[in-house]
Amino acid sequence: MERVAKGLPREPELPPSRGPLSASVAGYLRHARRLPDHAAIGDAAPFGDDLQLALHLCYELHYRGFAGVDADREWDPELLRVRAALERPFLAALRTGASRHEHADDALDELLVEPVDGHGITHFLQDEGELWHLREYAAQRSVYHLKEADPHAWVLPRLWGRAKAGMAAVEFDEYGAGRAERVHARMFADLMTDLELDPAYGHYVYASGAEALAVVNLMSLFGLHRALRGALVGHFAAVETTSSPGSRRLARAMRRIGAGPAAEHFYREHVEADAVHEQIVRREVVAGLLEEEPQLDGDVAFGVDATGYLEERLADRLLAAWRAGESSLRTSLSTSPRTSLHPSV
Amino acid sequence: MSTVPGERPRRITAPREGPLLVEGPVEVVLEDGTTVSSERFCVALCTCRRSRAYPWCDTSHRQHPERGRPD
Ligand SMILES: [Fe+2]
Ligand SMILES: [Fe+2]
Repeated sequence: MERVAKGLPREPELPPSRGPLSASVAGYLRHARRLPDHAAIGDAAPFGDDLQLALHLCYELHYRGFAGVDADREWDPELLRVRAALERPFLAALRTGASRHEHADDALDELLVEPVDGHGITHFLQDEGELWHLREYAAQRSVYHLKEADPHAWVLPRLWGRAKAGMAAVEFDEYGAGRAERVHARMFADLMTDLELDPAYGHYVYASGAEALAVVNLMSLFGLHRALRGALVGHFAAVETTSSPGSRRLARAMRRIGAGPAAEHFYREHVEADAVHEQIVRREVVAGLLEEEPQLDGDVAFGVDATGYLEERLADRLLAAWRAGESSLRTSLSTSPRTSLHPSV
Repeated sequence: MSTVPGERPRRITAPREGPLLVEGPVEVVLEDGTTVSSERFCVALCTCRRSRAYPWCDTSHRQHPERGRPD
């Protein structure tokens, strides 16, 4: 906690590579010459570890960068060309695999139905999650939550009117409404400390599978391209709409396991905050955007669908591993804390 | 986000379904006399009385079908 509180943390180390693409991008960032050629990118699985990590490396240059990597690499034309070549198969696979709705309203309405006998990750964690499950979950989610709301801030200059005002208001809340200790990314770092995880930015990328990286790469892809502003808004609406009930289950899981006050608080806060955010995003951001730019209706729907699709892939991986009693991570967590942290009475 | 009193009326959005949206900060006096407050720029007040975080909305107004969501 102290480490995070002391201003800007150091840049993360480059994570270990997972194949030829991620190896050559990482090598290029370390001043080696060769970048992957387009044929190699075409051969890679769009949702696989190698392509997703290579994409993650390219995107992180726009956030916090990496230790020992020149900040100017962010605008290196060769690297941007490779990033575009990595994005193409990812986006194409999403367009063919994930698209289910033509209209934003239809896609979002479907998310409002809460199954009584739900069986997602948050249901599992609420009902039978043990400490090690919650630690694995938090470690993988930290790839996003330690930069919570950042990928979405890029859409602000691309919006106008109600959409812009609504988006800025929600982002203001995500960024702590003027209080550093309430910034959601900081609250997540505190949650990690409660779970005896390392809250350093980017620390658990090495352990996160392709499915966990893909969920975050999606946000960066949508956030960095003005052409995908509709999809970014749809993605954000999907996250805010599904978050509140899921957060309630996670708060219960944290409480039951005795994870600690900050761990519970992060999810309690999201129950209430996202019940509000959902309303603002739907009424002001989505409706406002489509009033200004009705031609983006299909893109908003695609953003919702792509989010659900990648979240489901992540859920499948986590639940399959956990039901088999195995770690869902590429490398199981090194530190083994006490089996119970702060037992609740 | 807070306004100087009297500068302009506080906006409340009252949809037919779902919570009342009230510009924050707000203080809510509950039936038993206790007061709860929120500094959020906007709060969602539960109107269906099913919220487990009452008076704040926790999305419990959503419909629950008999079966799970079809995949
Ligand atoms: Fe948040
Ligand atoms: Fe939110």
